[in-house]
Amino acid sequence: MDKIEIQDLDLFYGNFQALRKINLRMKAHEVTALIGPSGCGKSTLLKSINRMNDLIENCHIEGKILVDGKNIDDEDVNLLRKKVGMVFQKANLFPMSIYDNVAYGPKTHGIKDKKRLDEIVECSLKQAAIWEEVKNDLKKSALALSGGQQQRLCIARALAIEPDVLLMDEPTSALDPISTAKVEELILQLKENYTIVIVTHNMQQALRIADQTAFFLQGKVIEFDRTQKIFNDPKEKKTRDYITGRFG
Amino acid sequence: MNNTLKENMARSIFMMAAALSIVAVLIICIFIFSNGVPAIKEVGLFHFLFGISWDPEHGLYGIFPMIIGTLVVTAGALVFGVPLGILCAVFLVFYCPKKLRPKVNVIVNMMAGIPSVVYGFFGLVVLVPFIQTMTRTNGMGVLSASILLAVMILPTIISVSQTALSSVDKSYYEGARALGASHDRTVFKVMLPAAKSGILCAVILGLGRAVGETMAVMMVAGNQAIIPFGIFSGTRTLTSHIAMEMGYATDLHRQALIATAVVLFGFILIMNGIMTLVKRRMCHE
Repeated sequence: MDKIEIQDLDLFYGNFQALRKINLRMKAHEVTALIGPSGCGKSTLLKSINRMNDLIENCHIEGKILVDGKNIDDEDVNLLRKKVGMVFQKANLFPMSIYDNVAYGPKTHGIKDKKRLDEIVECSLKQAAIWEEVKNDLKKSALALSGGQQQRLCIARALAIEPDVLLMDEPTSALDPISTAKVEELILQLKENYTIVIVTHNMQQALRIADQTAFFLQGKVIEFDRTQKIFNDPKEKKTRDYITGRFG
Repeated sequence: MNNTLKENMARSIFMMAAALSIVAVLIICIFIFSNGVPAIKEVGLFHFLFGISWDPEHGLYGIFPMIIGTLVVTAGALVFGVPLGILCAVFLVFYCPKKLRPKVNVIVNMMAGIPSVVYGFFGLVVLVPFIQTMTRTNGMGVLSASILLAVMILPTIISVSQTALSSVDKSYYEGARALGASHDRTVFKVMLPAAKSGILCAVILGLGRAVGETMAVMMVAGNQAIIPFGIFSGTRTLTSHIAMEMGYATDLHRQALIATAVVLFGFILIMNGIMTLVKRRMCHE
């Protein structure tokens, strides 16, 4: 069974149709990259998987998304989001200490035991490869960290709720090349334990980290295949034009 | 006229306006200190601040009861007003239907514009009789004054907290919801703490208004120059103390009232100092 299955998904913002008949399947422990020019609907699709679009007024969805074979609309939205974590384009840490940021998720889901929380925080920070940098400053404000550290802390925060799936919305677009490399390396490690869907504008990034890639254009999936196939031998001319930089 | 000249003229006009307001404050300072300090000297600072009886006919000028009265009534106003005001702001920003919010805000702003004597009148004809019948006391005192002041500081607390809450980064909200937190939990555990310095500002502004309010308090507090002994006890605040006696006071009595204004001035300075300190500490956190 596929981890995530998107079936005939249409999405409307008011009268504007942002996504048209999307069909995608994602296997567990694989990285799927969503690429395409700005406004093509890739972020919108990403946000549909953990129902963040519910927060947007006038957003209307038809079709189905299944996670572990279950329709996400039938699930409690907060439990769904515990299973499907998310990292945003811009690091959005809370104005709290590093510790409290990471502990916020587990506390939300009912973990009160201080020792257990300490373990989760340490484990999440280690998984996000930031433990060594912050282990002595856990009580310090998270907002004092550098941009790259903040984004890895966001990843740690998302991991702390022990999700199965990790959605990443252009997580490196605001980072310098070194921080970007660190996050990419991290994604490759995380894939052992998580299913990852990542939106990226950076074609090289998709090529480096993704097992499969979907190319979006104007709300439609133009081509969806193994990453190597998409980049080396795309079926569609539009895909070829985009990845060779002829538009976008 | 060339541009440099125009600019210079504009600048001097602005400078004059700024200077004028500063001069006004300076003149007030000079006036109250030069008239008040001699009285404090004559009565003795300790006797003035901590003397528990105020009886000008017998030469007793202790304003301790009024200091306590001010503190108690202000604290009472905060106890009622702050939670109510903050919750109201939370409602308006995070729970209120979009169309209703501007309408509620019109009413809140209207509340801020009602003259204090009208509040006092309301207190006198509604609040005091109500407390009278409920408690079989005379109704005028700490409780009435606190409730009335709480209502009067509500608009300040609501509108400043509202601004603080709406200016919290929206991405915090998304971030918390994406972790599976409910709307309520996000609002109270993330958004509200994130706005704490702005909300503190609202509380201090409310505090300032409560300490300074004279008329309405005078109408419902009973005004006995005694240290209040309970929430139904009559009390007198520093401001109403000055306002009540200034009309007929002469000589040392009059000077002692001006000296009371010096103390009030000190109150406000201390409050502003605390606000600056707390704000600075919050920024460094």
